[in-house]
Amino acid sequence: MSGHTTPRPDQSRAPVSQRGHRVAPPVDTGAIGAQVQVTIDGNEIKVPLGTTILEAAGRLGIRIPTLCHHPDLCVAGLCRICVVEVEHHRTLQAACAYPITSPLSVKTHTRKVRQARRTILDLLLSKHHGECYSCFRNLNCELQTLCKEYGVDFYRFGHPEQPLYKVDDSSYSVRRDMNKCILCRRCVRTCIDLQEVGVLEAVNRSDKTTIATFMDRPLAEVVCINCGQCINRCPTAALGAADPTDDVWRDINDPTKHVVIQTAPAPRAAIGECFGLEPGTPLTFEMNTALRTIGFDRVFDTNFTADLTIIEEGTELILRLYRALVLKDQVALPQFTSCSPGWVKYIEHFYPEMLPHVSSAKSPQQMFGSLLKTYYAKLNGLDPADIVTVALMPCSAKKYECNRPEMCDSGYKDVDYGLVTRELAQMFQEAGIHLPSMPKSDFDDPFGTATGSGVIFGATGGVMEAALRSVIELVCGIKVENLYEHADILPVRGFEDIRVVEITVPAVGQVPDLLKMNHDLPFDSWDWLSGATLKVAVTHGTANAKRVLEDIKAGGPLASCHFIEFMACPGGCLGGGGMPIPTSQEIRQARARAIYAEDKAYEVRKSHENPAVARLYHEFLSDGPCGHTAHRLLHTHYIPRGKYIA
Amino acid sequence: MTVAVTKGLATFETIEPTTGLRAALAKSRVDVIAEISASRLKGRGGAGFPTGTKWNLAAAAADPQKFVVCNADEGEPGTFKDRLILTEVPDLVFEGMTIGALAIGARKGILYLREEYTYLRSGLQEVLARRRADGLLGEGILGSDLTFDIEIRMGAGAYVCGEETALIESLEGHRGEPRNRPPFPVDTGFEGHPTVVNNVETFVCVAAILAKGAPWFESIGTDRSTGPKLLSVSGDCGRPGVYEIPLGITVAELLAAVGGEDAKAVQIGGASGHCIPASEFNRTIAFEDISTGGSVIVFGPHRDMLHVAKNFMDFFVEESCGQCTPCREGNAVLLAGIEMLEEGRCSMAYLIEMCKLGEVMQLASKCGLGQSSPNAFLSIVQHFREELMGRTETVTR
Repeated sequence: MSGHTTPRPDQSRAPVSQRGHRVAPPVDTGAIGAQVQVTIDGNEIKVPLGTTILEAAGRLGIRIPTLCHHPDLCVAGLCRICVVEVEHHRTLQAACAYPITSPLSVKTHTRKVRQARRTILDLLLSKHHGECYSCFRNLNCELQTLCKEYGVDFYRFGHPEQPLYKVDDSSYSVRRDMNKCILCRRCVRTCIDLQEVGVLEAVNRSDKTTIATFMDRPLAEVVCINCGQCINRCPTAALGAADPTDDVWRDINDPTKHVVIQTAPAPRAAIGECFGLEPGTPLTFEMNTALRTIGFDRVFDTNFTADLTIIEEGTELILRLYRALVLKDQVALPQFTSCSPGWVKYIEHFYPEMLPHVSSAKSPQQMFGSLLKTYYAKLNGLDPADIVTVALMPCSAKKYECNRPEMCDSGYKDVDYGLVTRELAQMFQEAGIHLPSMPKSDFDDPFGTATGSGVIFGATGGVMEAALRSVIELVCGIKVENLYEHADILPVRGFEDIRVVEITVPAVGQVPDLLKMNHDLPFDSWDWLSGATLKVAVTHGTANAKRVLEDIKAGGPLASCHFIEFMACPGGCLGGGGMPIPTSQEIRQARARAIYAEDKAYEVRKSHENPAVARLYHEFLSDGPCGHTAHRLLHTHYIPRGKYIA
Repeated sequence: MTVAVTKGLATFETIEPTTGLRAALAKSRVDVIAEISASRLKGRGGAGFPTGTKWNLAAAAADPQKFVVCNADEGEPGTFKDRLILTEVPDLVFEGMTIGALAIGARKGILYLREEYTYLRSGLQEVLARRRADGLLGEGILGSDLTFDIEIRMGAGAYVCGEETALIESLEGHRGEPRNRPPFPVDTGFEGHPTVVNNVETFVCVAAILAKGAPWFESIGTDRSTGPKLLSVSGDCGRPGVYEIPLGITVAELLAAVGGEDAKAVQIGGASGHCIPASEFNRTIAFEDISTGGSVIVFGPHRDMLHVAKNFMDFFVEESCGQCTPCREGNAVLLAGIEMLEEGRCSMAYLIEMCKLGEVMQLASKCGLGQSSPNAFLSIVQHFREELMGRTETVTR
C-alpha cells in the first residue's frame, strides 16, 4: 500500500508569467532566515520566506481585494486590483504576486491605493457589458461585489451600451459571453494549468485582447472536454453552463409528461451553499421534498445506478483479469473508469489510442436514463415517449454526455436534461422554496435508497472504494470490515494527486449467484485469483490524468495497475463544473466530509448488497452482469476524436 | 569648457577589439565585476540600473546554468543608436557579452534582435563565425578555461519584448508578456535560470571599460552618471543622427550641436520618456535629471503638441501587451480623450480625470510600458496646457 504525489509546477504548460513564483519554501521553517518579518498597516507578523503579501495579509485578517487571483490557480498579477504600497517601491505592487523575501512594510489602503483600485474598476466597467439585473451571476459576481466595496457610483470612462461579441452557445455544456469578460484569464489558467487541456488563450494585444479558442472556433468545435472548471473560476458571467431550466419547467408543467429526476450524490452536499449555508451541509432529504414540491413526479437516487455501475464495471474488470491472467490474452489493462464524461472526452481527444482501457460501462447517469425508459416504464405501464428524465448533476459535462448521439439505447433519448446544482437552486428560489427549511423525505421506489458506496461516488476515490468493498466481499468471501475498520478504505481517500493501493487476495470464496446469472461467465470458481495482488490507483483532475497516462505509456509503475479511477475535476464530482461558485480546496474538503458522513449513516454501504440492484437483475437484466441485456442498455462505446477536429 | 558632442561612435570606434576581453581574461571573475562597479556604469537601456550590481547578483546565484542576453530589441520610437553599434562595432557587443559571461559564469549568450533588424542578422552571424574561428567564442576562449557561445534569436515586432521579462518569455516561445517582478531575471530568468539582460550599448561600454579602465570611464560625465552616452537625435533639427555625449550636458547644449536651437520642445527617452519644454532646456541629460535610453526627438516651433501626444498614445494603444488592466484599457481611454481634446469636446474636468488616470497607470501597471506610457501625455498637458485648452475654446466658442 503506498500513496504518492507528483510535483506539478515544473510540468505545467502555462507560460512562466502565468505560473507561481519559484521562491522555494524553506525546508525547515524554524531555521534562521526561514521566517521573515512583514508589517502590514502597522501590524507585524512573521511569515515563511516566499509568502505573498496577499497571504500574509490574510493571516492578519486584512482584506485585500482580488480578481485575477484564485486559490486553485497559479499567480498572474495582472488585474492589479490588489495593488498595495510597499516601502521603498516607487510603484504600487500586486499583493497576490509579491513574494516576501526580506523584511518589508506594506500599506493596503492609502489614498494612492484606493484611487488605483477605483480607477481599475472604472476601466473594467468601460468594457464590461454588464446588466446586473438580467445576469445569472447577479449577487454572486466578484466584479459587482468590488464595485459596491469601492463605491462605484458612475461610469467614469463610459460603459458599453450594446454587446460587442456574439455569445458562443455552441457547446452543450459551456456558454461563453465575452461581453462580460474582464480578461482576468482565470479561465485560461484553469484550462491550461489546472486541467492541462489548453482550449482557451489570450489573443491579440492591448484593448483588442480577447480570450479565444483555437482560431476563435465555437467551443463545440475545439478540444473542450466540458469539465466546466472555467465556469467555477470565472469572476463574472463570461462563462456559464448551458441552462435547460426553461425546458424542464415546460415539461413539468405539461400534464401529459411523467417527469422524473435522478439526483447525483455531490449536489446534495453543496446545494446548501446557494442558500447561505456553510459548505459541507448536506440537504439530501430536504431536496427530495422540494423536488416533489416543484412538480417532479418521482425522485430517484443516482446512487442506485452507481451501485449498478460497480457491479457492471467490476464484472468487466474480473472478465478482463481472467482473460489476461488465465487465458493470457492481450487485454487492455489497467481498466479505466468511465463515469466522468469530462474524463471520457479528454481521453477521446488526447489519448484516443488508449480508449480500449476505458470500461464500456456507462456512467450512472446514462445507466439510469436507459433503465427509466425501459425497466421503469414497463414496471409502471408508462409509454417511454411520455417520460422525461432529468438528471441533477454536479457536472457541466453531463449535459454533453446526455446529448451524445449514441446515448439512446432505450429507443429514446435516455436522459433528456442534465441540470446542475446551481440551476436547481435557481429553480427552488423561483418557486419560493427555502431549501434548508423543507421537511425531509426519502427517495421513491422502485429504486429506493441506495448504499453508502453510491454516495461516495461524489468524491475522488469514491468509485474505487465502492469497487473495492464489493470486490473484496464477492471474491474473498470475507467482510470488508475484517480488512478495513468500518469498511472505510482510507488509503484511496483524500486529495493527493495520485493514490496507489495494493490489496492481496487473502483467500477466495464462492462465486456469488449474482455473477453466475451470466451464463457466459468463463469460470465457476475464484481459484485463479487466489493469492493475486490487486493494484489500483485513483487520480483526479485531467492534469493528473495526463501524468498517469504518460506513466502507463512509458511502462512506469502505474502500468502494472489493474484498475484506475479517473475524474476530470479536481476533487472529483464534488469539485464539478456545475457546483456552486466559489470553489476552493477548503470548500471541496468540506463537501467531501459531508459525503463521507452520509456514507457512514447508511445501513447498507456496499453496492452488491443493494436489494434494488438484485431485484433489477432478477426481474429485468436476467442474463446477469455484463450479460446481453446489460450490454445493450448499460454499456457504450467511445469515439477516438483526436486533437484535430475537421 | 567646451562640450564634446560628437557625431557617430567617436569613442567606441577607437577601441581595438579583443583588448577588453584580454584584459578581462587576465582578471579574476570578482575583479571583472569590481572593475565594472568601479566605473559606476549604469544600464544604457534607459532604466539606469547599475550594471556591476546586476552582474554581482547573477554571479552570486547558486544555479550552475546562467545566461547572458543582449537586448537588441531597439524599439523605442526615435532610437537607432543600437543599429549603428551593431553595424559598426558588432565585435565590441559580443566582447561585452563574453566579458559578462566570464563575470557571472554563463556558458551561453543570446542576442535578441529586433524583427525589423532582420537584415543585420547574416552580417552578425558572420561576425560570430569569425569570432569562433579566431578562438574568441566557443571552448577555451583565447586559451583560457572560459567556454561561451552566442546565438541570435529574432523578435517578432512587439515593442513590449524590449522589457526584459517579456523578452525572456518571447525567447521561451511564449506570448511576449512581462512577468511579475520579483523574482528578477538575475534570479529566475531564461528557462528559470539566472539571466543577465543588458542593452547593446551597455555591453559596448563594458568592453570599453575593460579596455581603457574604470578611471577613464568615470572621468567622463557627472558624479552619478558616468561615461559617454549615445543619443539618437531626430525631428526638427539641422543635423539629425547618432551623437556621443558625456552624460550631464544640458538639453540646450545638445540642441546647439545638432542644429535645433529654435525647438519648442524635446521628447527625451522616446515615447515612454518626457516632453521637455523650451523653458527647461537648461536641464541636464543624466540619470539624476532627464534619464534616457537614447532617443531625442526635437519639435520645432510649428509642431502641434496635441498631435505629438496623440502620436505617442496611438503607439501605446498599439503596443500594450494587453495583460494588465491599467495599461490595456488606460491607453485606449487616454487616446479617446486626446481625440476629444482635438475635437474640442473635452471638458477641464475630464482632462483632470485623464491626468489622474495617467498617474494610476504610472503607479499600478505591471511593467515599465504601462508605467511610462502616460509620461508624454502628462508632460505635454503640464507644459502645454494653454495650447491644448486654447483649442477647446476656439471650437466651443
